[in-house]
Amino acid sequence: MELYTLLREFADSWMLLFLFTVFVGIIVWAFRPGSTKAYEDTANIPFRHADKPAATKEARP
Amino acid sequence: MQIKAATGCLLHEGPSLKTPLRFKIRAGMAKGRKMSNYIKLIALGLVTLFAMIGTNYARDLAYQVHAVIVMIVAGGLFLYTLRHTDEPKKAVAGVENEYFDSVVRAGAIATAFWGVVGFLAGTFIAFQLAFPVLNFDWAQGFTNFGRLRPLHTSAVIFAFGGNALLATSFYVVQRTSAARLWGGNLAWFVFWGYQLFIVLAATGYLLGGTQSKEYAEPEWYVDLWLTIVWVAYLAVFLGTVIKRKEPHIYVANWFYLAFIVTVAMLHVVNNLTIPVSIWGSKSVIVWPGVQDAMVQWWYGHNAVGFFLTAGFLGMMYYFIPKQAERPVFSYKLSIIHFWALIFLYIWAGPHHLHYTALPDWASTLGMVFSVILWMPSWGGMINGLMTLSGAWDKLRTDPVIRMMVISVGFYGMSTFEGPMMSIRAVNSLSHYTDWTIGHVHSGALGWNGMITFGALYYLVPVLWKRERLYSLSLVSWHFWLATIGIVLYAASMWVTGIMEGLMWREVDANGFLVNSFADTVAAKFPMYVVRGLGGVMFLAGSIIMCYNLWMTVRRAPAKEASLSVQVPAE
Repeated sequence: MELYTLLREFADSWMLLFLFTVFVGIIVWAFRPGSTKAYEDTANIPFRHADKPAATKEARP
Repeated sequence: MQIKAATGCLLHEGPSLKTPLRFKIRAGMAKGRKMSNYIKLIALGLVTLFAMIGTNYARDLAYQVHAVIVMIVAGGLFLYTLRHTDEPKKAVAGVENEYFDSVVRAGAIATAFWGVVGFLAGTFIAFQLAFPVLNFDWAQGFTNFGRLRPLHTSAVIFAFGGNALLATSFYVVQRTSAARLWGGNLAWFVFWGYQLFIVLAATGYLLGGTQSKEYAEPEWYVDLWLTIVWVAYLAVFLGTVIKRKEPHIYVANWFYLAFIVTVAMLHVVNNLTIPVSIWGSKSVIVWPGVQDAMVQWWYGHNAVGFFLTAGFLGMMYYFIPKQAERPVFSYKLSIIHFWALIFLYIWAGPHHLHYTALPDWASTLGMVFSVILWMPSWGGMINGLMTLSGAWDKLRTDPVIRMMVISVGFYGMSTFEGPMMSIRAVNSLSHYTDWTIGHVHSGALGWNGMITFGALYYLVPVLWKRERLYSLSLVSWHFWLATIGIVLYAASMWVTGIMEGLMWREVDANGFLVNSFADTVAAKFPMYVVRGLGGVMFLAGSIIMCYNLWMTVRRAPAKEASLSVQVPAE
């Protein structure tokens, strides 16, 4: 089989399936239980440490 | 500098170290610095020598001028390094406790400067199209439309937009990682290296050093230089993300990182060329025929997708929440639309090649992905706009947030227009007409320009420790001038683009074309003048911004000293 044909068949079968599964996995992961609370904290990152880097290893209060 | 900084920090934090060991470390560091200075001197000397030989053997003018520029820069740095070798440096203690903002300040200045240069070039070439006499006879081959057009596009996209991305990414990654930039003076290398790239690219265009790939015009040696700078940029950014103190990587950094990584990949693949001679600027691309076209538009569209979209979305995700003083509307939506954007954008390029030698399946693929792309784009728009929910009253009082909101509005508008134009049937009307130019400018002026202005208005008072901007009414003037300018630009280009497209395809009863090309050019004249006026207004707004920012630094009341040293509430 020609390399072009081989790559093309791979691209629109297994690779497509793989990328699509990864994408669906990300969506499911974003809605995992407890994510709302975790993301609330993350979304507030811009409002911490505006003037100085964190002094300690763990930046959160 | 960085080594010294680390030493200072070590000494500062480690009082238990015994004196002899301390001394040894300091001596070792000094020796290391001396050593690195010698290596630097050797490298700079070799580059200078090579540029001198290049000046002599240069096969074309662009290469010769570039060799002179490189010779002056490398030679100057050689002398500077030589003069400072073996000089004791003051210890800077505890810089790790501060953000590295000097490079961000330089980036903000460069953004404003290159913005005005780029808008000026754009306005001038707009009038060149309306009044061809502006292609002066005495400057033929240097300042005619064909030479100035890439100068304009590169100045606004890479110089203005690129510096905005450099400055804001360095600012945002530090704040959201709660860590100082990684790599010490490497950030300065990235900044100045990027400015050198801009100068080489711009002078090259005027002198005819171009590989004629849209938005990738610089020739092989400029491309190589940009690759080095870009790898350093990636190292600084990624290094900072890796040493972050916040456990989570904030969404803005995801967008910035996607922009840096993808642009690196696009740049390298689209610029795989073989130089004809090491003493000349001409090079030959390794891709043949239609593959070259496909690679070019894979690059070209993802330059839009990752440079002008992902990078600027990173700006949006930091500066809109900061200015509105509330977190993003939905963090989950930001994750989903990020990954959707990344997965989809990379396939959209073939819609630039409808009705060409590209196979139909490929251009259909590009079209389908472009249409689907509408969704994640609007996900970003909704997230940006809805961040203001509950704070819409700020639109009345704060012209800066007005600027950011209208930029997101233009983003939504042009990401609807784009998918529509990518549909093959629509494209048969719009392609090669001014409609495309109008579309690009509603995105570039509206979305990229306005969000950058908003970010600059936010950044300058913070970076120079001012209480507030010099004048909010000047911001309002800028806002209205820019907005009306964009509306004039986009509206005139819609009219002239659709008119032109219809005139080109008009046939009489016998199947002959009704209009010659020159007929369409003549018919477009009034719209070209309106477009030029839109450009004048946009340029005037940006000059007002520069004045306002300058006066903010010079005249606005300084932030009280006690505020800047106070430890933030944690």
